[in-house]
Amino acid sequence: MAGNGIRIQGVRKRYGSGDTAVEALKKVDMQVAPGEVVGLIGPSGSGKTTLLKCLGAVIEPTAGRMILGDEVIYDDGWKVRDLRALRRDKIGFIFQAPYLIPFLDVTDNVALLPMLAGKPNAHSRKRAMELFHPLDVQHRARAMPSQLSGGEQQRVAIARGLVNRPPVILADEPTAPLDSERALAVIRILNDMARKFETAIIVVTHDEKIIPTFKRIYHIRDGVTYEEAGEGRGFE
Amino acid sequence: MISLAGRDIMHAWGKFVFTGLGLGLLIGVTLSMAGIYRGMIDDAKVLLDNSGADLWVVQKDTLGPYAEPSSVYEDTWRGIRSMPGVARVANVTYLTMQVREGQRDVRAMVTGITAGRPGTPGWPPYLVAGRQITRGHYEAVADIAAGFKLGDSLQIRRNHYTVVGLTRRMVSSGGDPMVFIPLKDAQEAQFLKDNEAIRQQRRRTASNSMFNPPGAPGLLEAVIASQSTNPFVNAVLVQMKSGYSAEDVAGSIRRWKHLTVYTRGQMEEILVGKLIATSAKQIGMFLAILSIVSAAIVAFIIYTLTLGKIREIAVLKLIGTRNRTIASMIMQQAVALGIIGFVVGKITATLFMAPIFPKYVLLEPLDSVRGFFVVVAICLLSSLIAIRAALKVDPAEAIGG
Ligand SMILES: Nc1ncnc2c1ncn2[C@@H]1O[C@H](COP(=O)(O)OP(=O)(O)OP(=O)(O)O)[C@@H](O)[C@H]1O
Ligand SMILES: [Mg+2]
Repeated sequence: MAGNGIRIQGVRKRYGSGDTAVEALKKVDMQVAPGEVVGLIGPSGSGKTTLLKCLGAVIEPTAGRMILGDEVIYDDGWKVRDLRALRRDKIGFIFQAPYLIPFLDVTDNVALLPMLAGKPNAHSRKRAMELFHPLDVQHRARAMPSQLSGGEQQRVAIARGLVNRPPVILADEPTAPLDSERALAVIRILNDMARKFETAIIVVTHDEKIIPTFKRIYHIRDGVTYEEAGEGRGFE
Repeated sequence: MISLAGRDIMHAWGKFVFTGLGLGLLIGVTLSMAGIYRGMIDDAKVLLDNSGADLWVVQKDTLGPYAEPSSVYEDTWRGIRSMPGVARVANVTYLTMQVREGQRDVRAMVTGITAGRPGTPGWPPYLVAGRQITRGHYEAVADIAAGFKLGDSLQIRRNHYTVVGLTRRMVSSGGDPMVFIPLKDAQEAQFLKDNEAIRQQRRRTASNSMFNPPGAPGLLEAVIASQSTNPFVNAVLVQMKSGYSAEDVAGSIRRWKHLTVYTRGQMEEILVGKLIATSAKQIGMFLAILSIVSAAIVAFIIYTLTLGKIREIAVLKLIGTRNRTIASMIMQQAVALGIIGFVVGKITATLFMAPIFPKYVLLEPLDSVRGFFVVVAICLLSSLIAIRAALKVDPAEAIGG
């Protein structure tokens, strides 16, 4: 399943209709292999968020195909039935802000995902804990989100994105609030995790500090993607 | 799966407890209102029980003696006593009026009871202090709710009465404490005019040549005497011998005496169905308004709490939480609020509100159970607005712009 990562071809997205219609995505092609971390950059209004929402199965493209692993998700207006379960099982999300659930402790914030998928509580917590050591938050496992530093919160959010071992992780400006040292640390973790769990990771970013770390970058301009080789230094 | 609602409540327990307290006070008032209604019905039943009567004989076509004025001749009882099935009969008068003790005025139901032994219909069945009335005049037995003490001197109209005994839970259907005095005194009190009125009436009678014809010197005196005594009582209370049907005995009294007779069941219907019907409606209105206010509070609080969690709800949806799970989280919180409110309400109603109401408040367990289910139902309904808002949240909102 993890063999193919994620692939989208000829994806278009139009908001609204008639005179007020906005063609946010005109021609998007992307392919990310398992274990790979790619950057997605583009000016404001170019369609980054729209693309991320399509990839994240929260809005449907008007046309085009998306294939996740070996499962077709969208195909020219056709879509799989249960997008909610797809998001839960196959896609990890990491946001600019950590958006942890304030009334759950660190462990349950992460363990909630396997629980939602019907796994027993003990098993879910064990899976959460396994991620805490590599992410260096194991000593904060029983703390509430409000008791964590910003960087710790972001690492817990990364653990949440990883816990169901999704084949794809979508990260939206994950380093924006962090200084350059911490930003690079987050990217290092994402690279480690991608390799370790065979995950395809797409990072939307403006962050000049981390752009040089990508081996491959997709630029998007006026709803059209262009692929480019990145400098890719730093994590080899 | 963990309980999201439970965790959220634990996290924001202060909000829940304070809202629950406010809601609880409202629920306490609601339970007390229901208790007042039950108390009124119970007062009515106790009034009927304590009268010791099986049948009430009243003026024809009236709803007397509690719901309407009624007068029957004071010697009617003689005829009734000889009827089959009748064990004991006694005249009785009821008059709600102000009773003065020192500087204090108390509204009371002054009850005139016939001389006799304890157990005579109309007599208070038991005393908490002192003794029953033994003399024919100027002694009184009062309910402790009136606040009188043994030995107090009560003024009823122009006469003074000494309190010789105290009762408990002897009140009118309006909640006024009862004061028992000898029947003769009570008849006089009902009829008594002031001195000037008496003089005027004498003068009018004397100037009427029909009452004062020449050659019949005794007639005027006789007329005046009959005018200044009260030959009426409000009702005759009848105790039946065992083995007779109340309806049969009532029927034969009705036929023989051209009077209206009520059985215990009919009397209860008059008191509950007619006399306190308006109060009951009023209380019903209060209950309805309080329910609406409680619903509005719960709806508002749950809605506000939910709006404060829009971001979290979007994240929960994005990571694949079912709508059902989110709806049940909100519902559980609403119900939790209702349960906190109900517990607080029940405690305040029982410990703090019921004891301070001037009227008897009867908190029936079954009413509490009903109240509990109504509160839960109201909370569930009120959570619907919040649930609607939560279900409208777009998971894409978590991704932002
Ligand atoms: N819900 C919507 N309805 C209509 N038009 C939309 C909607 N969302 C986005 N757009 C339009 O689609 C285009 C792409 O928007 P998008 O949010 O994807 O840009 P972006 O690359 O994320 O920009 P930024 O860097 O400023 O966040 C913009 O012109 C925007 O106005
Ligand atoms: Mg954007």
